[in-house]
Amino acid sequence: MSLHVLDPGALALVEDLGRPGWAALGVSPSGALDRAALRLGNRLLGNDEGCAGLELLLGGFAARFESEAWFALTGADGPADLDGHPVDMHRAVHAPSGAVLRIGRPAHGMRSYLTVRGGLAVPAVLGSRSRDVLSGLGPEPLRAGEDVPLGDPAGPVPPVDFVPVSAPTLGSVELRAHHGPRADWFTDAAVEAFHDTEWTVSAESNRVGVRLDPPAAGRHAAPLLERRVSAELPSEPMVAGSVQVSPDGRPTVLLADHPVTGGYPVIAVVADASLDLLAQARPGQPVTFRRA
Amino acid sequence: MSVRILPSGDHALLAELDRLDEVLALYRALDAERPAGVVDLVPAARTIGVVVDPGVLPLSVAQAWVERTRPVVATPRDEHAVEILVHYDGEDLAAVAGLLGIGVREVVDLHTSSSWRVAFGGFAPGFGYLVTDHDRLRVPRRATPRTAVPAGSVGLAGEFSGVYPRSSPGGWQLIGTTDAVLWDAAADPPALLRPGALVRFREAT
Repeated sequence: MSLHVLDPGALALVEDLGRPGWAALGVSPSGALDRAALRLGNRLLGNDEGCAGLELLLGGFAARFESEAWFALTGADGPADLDGHPVDMHRAVHAPSGAVLRIGRPAHGMRSYLTVRGGLAVPAVLGSRSRDVLSGLGPEPLRAGEDVPLGDPAGPVPPVDFVPVSAPTLGSVELRAHHGPRADWFTDAAVEAFHDTEWTVSAESNRVGVRLDPPAAGRHAAPLLERRVSAELPSEPMVAGSVQVSPDGRPTVLLADHPVTGGYPVIAVVADASLDLLAQARPGQPVTFRRA
Repeated sequence: MSVRILPSGDHALLAELDRLDEVLALYRALDAERPAGVVDLVPAARTIGVVVDPGVLPLSVAQAWVERTRPVVATPRDEHAVEILVHYDGEDLAAVAGLLGIGVREVVDLHTSSSWRVAFGGFAPGFGYLVTDHDRLRVPRRATPRTAVPAGSVGLAGEFSGVYPRSSPGGWQLIGTTDAVLWDAAADPPALLRPGALVRFREAT
């Protein structure tokens, strides 16, 4: 039982719910960026929520089922077809042996998730099958011609007709953010500006972090996020959601593959429940922070 | 010793201390009696990250646990030390001796006779920032970092010594090399060096 990759698209990674618990050894939790989407995809198939699926960046993916299988598509919303027949998102779909699944470029969001009944049975590293792009742990990004083994189903596919899902937005993404551990290293004006500014997702973003640009970058003489304390910060532990501010005053929101420690002061920490939304924000999309 | 609690989102907090040896002592105590619901306990230079599963251990309870825990100072005498065999053939060995105003032999003797302790990790899986109880090996980082430092390189930087678990860019002063395997994801435990562990370097002959 396997999935034969014909075209991985921009980036196809195996992800599950990650490997928390190893941070003291320098290993970040990693795992699917849009955890709700992966969980939903697994639930639709009767899988354990933490089964490994594929995280597909901006579509362009094609694969052949080498045996009959059930699969589901969740996350970024876009066109998909199975042997030319359109496939609905957010439902369990049966694929006959030899059927080819093609996933187009999503209309909304960044990352779609392909889950398969039984999960992807690639070898686990430190208890997880997730690819961590920073540490290089977990399976390599998928390549054309590769066969991805499928696991044994845990139970029957549950009878579900319709699941209400709010599709990722193309408009402004509002994230809830807590006061960060080093908010007091910034001026009051900087903390205000952080919450008042409509930031833009930079193209220099990945699974390690989302870099944010200020409006009309370059027009401001002084950085928006000015520091009160200019001392060098001894490296301290980071979490997914930590908003680090680099010396040029630009914020980066760390995501699942973040370094476990960092030396830039953290002005705010995005609420855990908001991180799935951020995972779907595209370069150029506006982002604002509301006080949690 | 006073510990300050800093917020770090809805499932983590930072405990901040004044000195690295205080971090080590509190980390040792916390690690020895982790309650259920502590997902990660991450020491760093002046802080310890406490990551919880808030459904099992609310942050307020975790905070009370950190505040009431008494630090435990380690006693190297009766402790098992990780031994690392080193060939002292690093490219920067002579430069380090020059910076310290001592001979190459003395650098090697100091490095092998000191008791080192893993203070924290964080640069790459399996990397440990090692500290000792004197500053006679304190040297600045290289002015220009190397684009690739081979795995097994033993280096010095500031108050730290360390071993590169794998090839990576780096600015540490390289004094030697080791064949020891610092990181093996398939092994249990995967890292040779864990925070709190005692380390002794021995010269390979």
